[in-house]
Amino acid sequence: MKLFKTITVSCFLLLILYSDLMKASEGNTGDNFLVANNDVSDVNSLQRGAGNFFNYCAGCHSLKFIRYNQIAEDLDLNESQLVQNLIFTQAKPEDAVITNMLPSDGSRWFGKSPPDLSLITRSRGTDQVYNFLRTFYKDSTSPTGADNRALPGTSMPNVLWLVQEQLNEKEFDQFTLDIVNFLDYVSEPIQSERKRIGIWVILFLLVFLVFSYGLYKDIWKEVH
Amino acid sequence: MSNGQNQDQSMFSNTILKWIDDRFPLSSLIREHATDYYASKNFNIWYIFGVLSLVVLVIQLVTGIFLTMSYKPSAKEAFDSVEYIMRSVEWGWLIRYMHSTGSSFFFIVVYLHMFRAMLYGSYKKPRELVWIVGMLIYFCLIAEAFFGYLLPWGNMSYWAAQVIVNLFSAIPFIGETLTEWIRGDYYISDITLNRFFAFHVIAVPLAIIALVFAHILALHHVGSNNPDGIEIKNYKDEQGKPIDGVAFHPYHTSKDLVWITVFLILFFAAVFFAPEMGGFFLEVDNFEPANPLQTPEHIVPPWYLTPYYAILRAIPNKLLGVIFMASSVLFFVFLPWLDKCKVKSIRYRGWQYKLALSCFAISFVVLGYLGMQPATGIYVVLARLFTIVYFLFFLMMPFYTRFEKTKPVPERVVYKK
Repeated sequence: MKLFKTITVSCFLLLILYSDLMKASEGNTGDNFLVANNDVSDVNSLQRGAGNFFNYCAGCHSLKFIRYNQIAEDLDLNESQLVQNLIFTQAKPEDAVITNMLPSDGSRWFGKSPPDLSLITRSRGTDQVYNFLRTFYKDSTSPTGADNRALPGTSMPNVLWLVQEQLNEKEFDQFTLDIVNFLDYVSEPIQSERKRIGIWVILFLLVFLVFSYGLYKDIWKEVH
Repeated sequence: MSNGQNQDQSMFSNTILKWIDDRFPLSSLIREHATDYYASKNFNIWYIFGVLSLVVLVIQLVTGIFLTMSYKPSAKEAFDSVEYIMRSVEWGWLIRYMHSTGSSFFFIVVYLHMFRAMLYGSYKKPRELVWIVGMLIYFCLIAEAFFGYLLPWGNMSYWAAQVIVNLFSAIPFIGETLTEWIRGDYYISDITLNRFFAFHVIAVPLAIIALVFAHILALHHVGSNNPDGIEIKNYKDEQGKPIDGVAFHPYHTSKDLVWITVFLILFFAAVFFAPEMGGFFLEVDNFEPANPLQTPEHIVPPWYLTPYYAILRAIPNKLLGVIFMASSVLFFVFLPWLDKCKVKSIRYRGWQYKLALSCFAISFVVLGYLGMQPATGIYVVLARLFTIVYFLFFLMMPFYTRFEKTKPVPERVVYKK
């Protein structure tokens, strides 16, 4: 019997180890590849990231699965702050975040219409998006004048080049990390709340476990 | 005063109960399946997974009903409607995560439940039909998972369905026509999604519920096995109750409740803190909508089907691969007749079966791992090796179990307080 217990336990351990290895091997594309490790509960970072996103990204990219007023609510912004700082289109606060650029224009200008970014951090991972944003470099052979180390041959131009020149490396990393953090929030707006509720659910079940164990012990005391 | 009230109340409920019993066998059903159903008192942790699969079944049915209220089974709207559930439906995210986590937990508990049967010989006479009905439930569960996997209409959903449906094209002569008939189109499309939805929410769940009833009825007819693999019916007291058994209710139910709570802690830890489980429960490629023009880098089925997928890819010929894959699942059905050993429980069996079962368990896990890897180089070699181990477990069973040197089996179950 010991043999089987050992096998079962080691199978579970192998699985856990395996998923850890998977995580570790994700981040090995090239030198200078950073792990995002962003914190979606950091509202200040989310506010900065939202600002950066709407100033530099929202001209081409939509976030069709989220509405402006939900962003405002989750990021502690009031309606006037929202309208002044984040809405640069004719959209009303209750509208979804849709770019003004037509998809047909996008494919004509860039060869490919800029994708919706609502779920980009879930499909590509925050690390990948983070390193994509921070590793543009000048390349005169590319039609956009820039190429990217994390995604070579990308059709996206380096829209952050001015910021990249104005800020030092550390500041620029923070600038892009805030965008990633914001996109991570957008990909699953409930995630901070989910973890907060989860703690209470587990605590309740732990208390319930004490009572159910007591009931079991009481009922079984007559079994010999 | 309070005593009199209690009496009044119990008289009232007795009247109602009698009224029902005259028209429906309620009391006798409760006696037969709960308060007078005796099961061995020495059940260990392996005996919890049957009840747990029932718990997960209920979770899947209830969350499934609520998901259906907001899900749109159309190629244009399916992906968006899932995100709508995740974002705009009140508690929709919780319902959806419970359903997606539930499908993985379903297979975890069912695999452990099956392994328990293999440990203690629960498939042996007189429980062959309990085992076969159980295997039918497992087949339905695979079908249910397969149909459900397409519904989010993510890119991995799409391509996994494409690959699995294409397997039927390996059948000679009718293959191509058959795949077209299954899809209802020349490729996986809106019509395929609609019929998979119909199978996922009506046809297969109905079959599963009916089979679960049959599984439990058959079990209660022959009685539960136990870790010693002996029949508790052989020793009864004056009232005809098995001495080594305790009533399902309240004894086993109170014990089950403790384990159900432990299970729910693990389940909700996954739901609230790791619903994606590093890509095992929710695949990253499925956060992109289905795209017939863009194949994901590695097309893999969900983790619980990867052992069979590894076997499929280990065979160089497509038709043979499909045959091997199908038989790798079907072989379980014949276990009651492949196993020639008279002793049921692994506690008293010889080294042959212990070794064989260990090799089988290891090969199942390793094949599961290999099914997630690209089918190249060393992975293919390993997959072939472990496919052989997997099949040898079944094919050689009539021989190695015949010559097993077993230990003496006790007359009464071993129970330590």
